[in-house]
Amino acid sequence: MSQNTLFDNVWDLHKVANLSGGSDQIFIGLHLIHEVTSPQAFGALEDKNLKVKFPSRTVATVDHIVPTDNQSRPFKDNLAEQMIDTLEKNCIKHKIKFFNIGSGNQGIVHVVAPELGLTQPGMTIACGDSHTSTHGAFGSIAFGIGTSQVRDVLASQTIAMNRLKVRQIWCENKLSNGIYAKDLILHIINHLGVKAGVGYAYEFAGPAISALSMEERMTICNMSIEGGARCGYINPDEKTFSYIKGRLYSPQNENWVQAVKWWKSLRSNESSIYDDVVKLDASKVEPTITWGITPGQSLGINQKIPSLKDMHPNDQFIAGEAFEYMGFKPGQPIKDTPIDVCFIGSCTNGRISDLRVAAKVLEHNTVANHVKAFVVPGSEQVAKEAKEEGLDKIFIKAGFQWREPGCSMCLAMNSDKLIGNQVSASSSNRNFKGRQGSPCGRTLLMSPAMVAAASITGKVSDVRDFISK
Amino acid sequence: MDKFKPPIGKFSQINGYCISLIGDDIDTDRIIPARFLKCIDFDSLGKSVFIDDRKTLKGNHPFDLEAKKDASILIVNSNFGCGSSREHAPQALMRWGIKAIIGEGFADIFYSNCIAIGIPCFTLPRNSIKNIQEYIANKNLFFEIDLFKSTAVSKDLKFNLEIKETTKKMFLSGEWDATSNLLENKYLIEKKINELPYIQFSTN
Repeated sequence: MSQNTLFDNVWDLHKVANLSGGSDQIFIGLHLIHEVTSPQAFGALEDKNLKVKFPSRTVATVDHIVPTDNQSRPFKDNLAEQMIDTLEKNCIKHKIKFFNIGSGNQGIVHVVAPELGLTQPGMTIACGDSHTSTHGAFGSIAFGIGTSQVRDVLASQTIAMNRLKVRQIWCENKLSNGIYAKDLILHIINHLGVKAGVGYAYEFAGPAISALSMEERMTICNMSIEGGARCGYINPDEKTFSYIKGRLYSPQNENWVQAVKWWKSLRSNESSIYDDVVKLDASKVEPTITWGITPGQSLGINQKIPSLKDMHPNDQFIAGEAFEYMGFKPGQPIKDTPIDVCFIGSCTNGRISDLRVAAKVLEHNTVANHVKAFVVPGSEQVAKEAKEEGLDKIFIKAGFQWREPGCSMCLAMNSDKLIGNQVSASSSNRNFKGRQGSPCGRTLLMSPAMVAAASITGKVSDVRDFISK
Repeated sequence: MDKFKPPIGKFSQINGYCISLIGDDIDTDRIIPARFLKCIDFDSLGKSVFIDDRKTLKGNHPFDLEAKKDASILIVNSNFGCGSSREHAPQALMRWGIKAIIGEGFADIFYSNCIAIGIPCFTLPRNSIKNIQEYIANKNLFFEIDLFKSTAVSKDLKFNLEIKETTKKMFLSGEWDATSNLLENKYLIEKKINELPYIQFSTN
């Protein structure tokens, strides 16, 4: 069993009791809610005649169902309108802070909470969304929960949970030029597999991780869940503290000094013991793209689609399904695969630094004629910042559509969807069958820079050919 | 059709016909696509379970076979329920008629969602699952699952199932509906919130 890691320190601090079945009762320091996984939880609360225990520890925004073209109310989609309306009413009734559209702070929940300074080291953070692992980038212990557990957090500010094991993923050296956090996390998932993280928290560490910006670290932790780990985290350092400092809900004045001192005390150190340690060389990572129907089925830009006989027997069934669904043949290069749609956005890669990188690739270039390309900023703050920097103009001039913030075509709950068996180059996190709104649509996951490069050529391309020019 | 009634209280026995889904890494988007998440209750989800896979197989998906329509024990392979945390996935399975799942392995969030709504999940080694799936391909399989003994028995098969001890205890004691158990410790919860450093320096 792990000892003295940040995970252990935070878990022990938040443990309220041993439950009779053997699991732990864990206090949740920050609870984030959105319109999709909360209505049934509020309903259950009312059925049980319970109140929200600590309304100030829950914060809401709306992201999954919001349209990104026309956000005027009522929404054209009646069901979407009903969902936002239900969230509005629940937040008023239970006195929960709600960052609605137009507030200046609405956006994807995992983009909004860090940029407001709500996400802080040492907290436990839960949300009815699997990408809650994002917040681990700050050294919090953050994980997705289902609606029944959302009900439990609302009612008690705690959940019942079994303690996780801890695997350290040590990333040696540094990423090369033109290689991004997205490439690294896709590489890690490919290396360890999509189920290796079941039962584990992932601690990402090493020089390659320390060198990443906070937004890049969020990309890494965000996709822990795609490797099976419900929780992923990075020990907080000076970059973490300087990101948080001065944000709306960050500790102020005297409290700031105390907070930083406490945050530093939580870190894993030489005495930490892990259940498992895996070492990787980050300098070997290439621009990485998925070719299949799980985020683990990926390869470097210059590699060829693997054949069944080169795979572990346990990986062959899902690979067979992937060949059938995606239409790739073993031995085929991934480079030059034609693309129909380009999507830049999501809780993985919809932040300002993602938009900057993509805009830099697109500057003085034009989107290929046959490609539909659109960019969806992760939040109203990201959109504002991008406009102040003139990024929106670069995207629009290149041929991208500039949209309003939301989850959009990452999961296609609004009207942004693939049509038929279109192929998308997407900066999002899941390439599951039907994920982007068409039951036969095909998704290739990659970094925002790689999406930008693909939009120009209309096919999978090596972004290094664009940034070295 | 009778209104769906979710399970409540303690239980130790689940008997039913088995239905098998072959494949690893079956994600919750496949179990219930995102377009069906536009709802404020779970009531209508049962008919949409695996809807896109079923349309692709044009009536040949296990969930569409007449012979399987009364099945209540789902047999799956590894990493079942990976991806999105949507509780709509086990809710849809439960509303279709699934009462227990036996598989090689489950994704973490899916597993806790199943437990939270009263679907016990058991594991068996890959070969045992393969044997069961091959058996089901040819004939109907009726399992009697004994939660206390952790066994699944039919007239000609018997397996010792694995289940987390915490989960087993919860179902046997009827304490799997967590909210009231958690609230029993309300004084400890109050004490905890006052102990946490960040609550002290919070500006929230």
